[in-house]
Amino acid sequence: MAAPSDLNIDRVAELSRLALTAEEKVRFSAQLGSVLGHIEQLSKIDVTGIEPTAHAFPLHNIWAADVARPGLAVADALRNAPAQRENMIVVPKVME
Amino acid sequence: MNYEAVIGLEVHVQIKTHSKVFTRVVAGYGHEPNTLTDPVVLALPGTLPVMNKAALDAIIKAGLLLGCEIAPVCKWDRKQYFYPDSPKNYQISQYDQPICIGGSVEIELPGAARNIMGEHRKIPLTRIHLEEDVGKLNHHVADSLVDYNRAGTPLMEIVSEPAMHTAEEAYAYLTSIRHTMIYGGISDCDMEKGQLRCDANISIRPVGETKLGTKVELKNLNSISYVRDGIAHEIKRQLAVVAAGGKLIQETRDYDGQTGTSQSLRSKEMAHDYRYFPDPDLMPVQVDAAWKEKLRAECPELPFDKQRRFLRDYQVPYTITSVLIPERELSDFFEASAKLAGPGRAQAVGNWIANDLLRELSAAKLPLAAAKITPASLAELVGLIEAGTLLNAAAKEVFAAMFVTGEAPAAVVARLGLAAAPSDAGELEAWCRDSIAANPKALAEFKAGKDSAINAFKGPVMKAGKGKANPKLVDETLRRLLAGA
Repeated sequence: MAAPSDLNIDRVAELSRLALTAEEKVRFSAQLGSVLGHIEQLSKIDVTGIEPTAHAFPLHNIWAADVARPGLAVADALRNAPAQRENMIVVPKVME
Repeated sequence: MNYEAVIGLEVHVQIKTHSKVFTRVVAGYGHEPNTLTDPVVLALPGTLPVMNKAALDAIIKAGLLLGCEIAPVCKWDRKQYFYPDSPKNYQISQYDQPICIGGSVEIELPGAARNIMGEHRKIPLTRIHLEEDVGKLNHHVADSLVDYNRAGTPLMEIVSEPAMHTAEEAYAYLTSIRHTMIYGGISDCDMEKGQLRCDANISIRPVGETKLGTKVELKNLNSISYVRDGIAHEIKRQLAVVAAGGKLIQETRDYDGQTGTSQSLRSKEMAHDYRYFPDPDLMPVQVDAAWKEKLRAECPELPFDKQRRFLRDYQVPYTITSVLIPERELSDFFEASAKLAGPGRAQAVGNWIANDLLRELSAAKLPLAAAKITPASLAELVGLIEAGTLLNAAAKEVFAAMFVTGEAPAAVVARLGLAAAPSDAGELEAWCRDSIAANPKALAEFKAGKDSAINAFKGPVMKAGKGKANPKLVDETLRRLLAGA
């Protein structure tokens, strides 16, 4: 399915912090287009009188009591970090 | 043309819980970096959030205190954005079904003088929702360091309507929220610890215009006085731009309280597209009447209501109430002591607390909870003074001793021999006679109807009694003798 005209692949890429090549832009536009096409199909269903729900099950109030427990040791918490310093994760300089 | 400013505030308040909002690792401030994490906080694959019941209780209580409607059903949504402070690449928040809707914050504007109560107004709220706090970034020259201790701390966002017009109102609004949240035990609201944070949306428009002008979002108002100064500065800046014939642009500006200046962060043209959608990992929450009423019963009296009651029932001056009210424990201490002291003595109790007790606590760097003076011992002290058994000057000494040792005032008086009144009534009468005889001028004045002339006789009597004469008894004796003179 071709990409719908209102799909701005550059904007999507920017929001996702992805640098896409020209070839990828074409490929992903088509893929996202088919996802959007599917949603469009769902949008056509008449849902008048049906209460919107966020979930498929009528399940509410799932929670736990506020009882704290220890978490991860710092070494474990940082194990996947590509770089660390002073027990913190090093990331490229960001604004704010 | 005359312009008015329109201000709306987004106030973030960290809820005081033991564990985080969607996982049970410890929530806290001041810990070593990255020691308060677990697989949920770090968004490791396969982890699922579980709601903290205490955070829900707290936000519902906040909503009840601020007169919000509590939604019968609310849900959680994912707010997508890519930034290192959020390991999931989304923040769990509430989008179109917040838990608290509407409500208002009562504020007090500065009065004409410090001892005069200012005008009260109600600032309407749009909503309050529950979300998770994000991690903290420490910026360095070449890179940034991320600490996820704060990530996942329960956070309320209190959103006002654009209904304020001055920096003073915004300041009063934030102060009122702070007092209310502290009273409710919902948050400690320490801005230095980031427990209370504030962003302001500010625009200006010609007076009479109903449409809002171009909005500037002011960030990093991270102390209560920066809120006032930052907003005042931004209003001035906007007025200057317009006065110079310029056009305001929608932007986010960062306020630097140190220098009192602001700078543009990024243009809002690139506004985030958060692509909210319901979080499939969290089920909606239903709040029924029973739950609401249980929490309502736990809600304390609001600070301003308490202040009005103190003014009415205890007849204490406004200045005293404005010292007592901001701290719930202090106002409770006052009320307990005033009740024990009895009618007509509340003002004296209030004065001792607002002046002496607070001064001693601050000098000793102690919290009220650590004070050895109790409401009962303070009431007793005031009783001794009112009965005339203890003079004010001596009472200060007794108070200081009570503060250090925690002794009952009567015990201190006995130990230090500070009791007023000479034992011999005849001796007192003799001093009074001598004093009247020595001052014919005052005697003539008193006889001519000048009641205050009686004070001229008191000095020599007090001097003769070495300051221990009971002033009430002195007054009575003098009046009796003068009546016969």
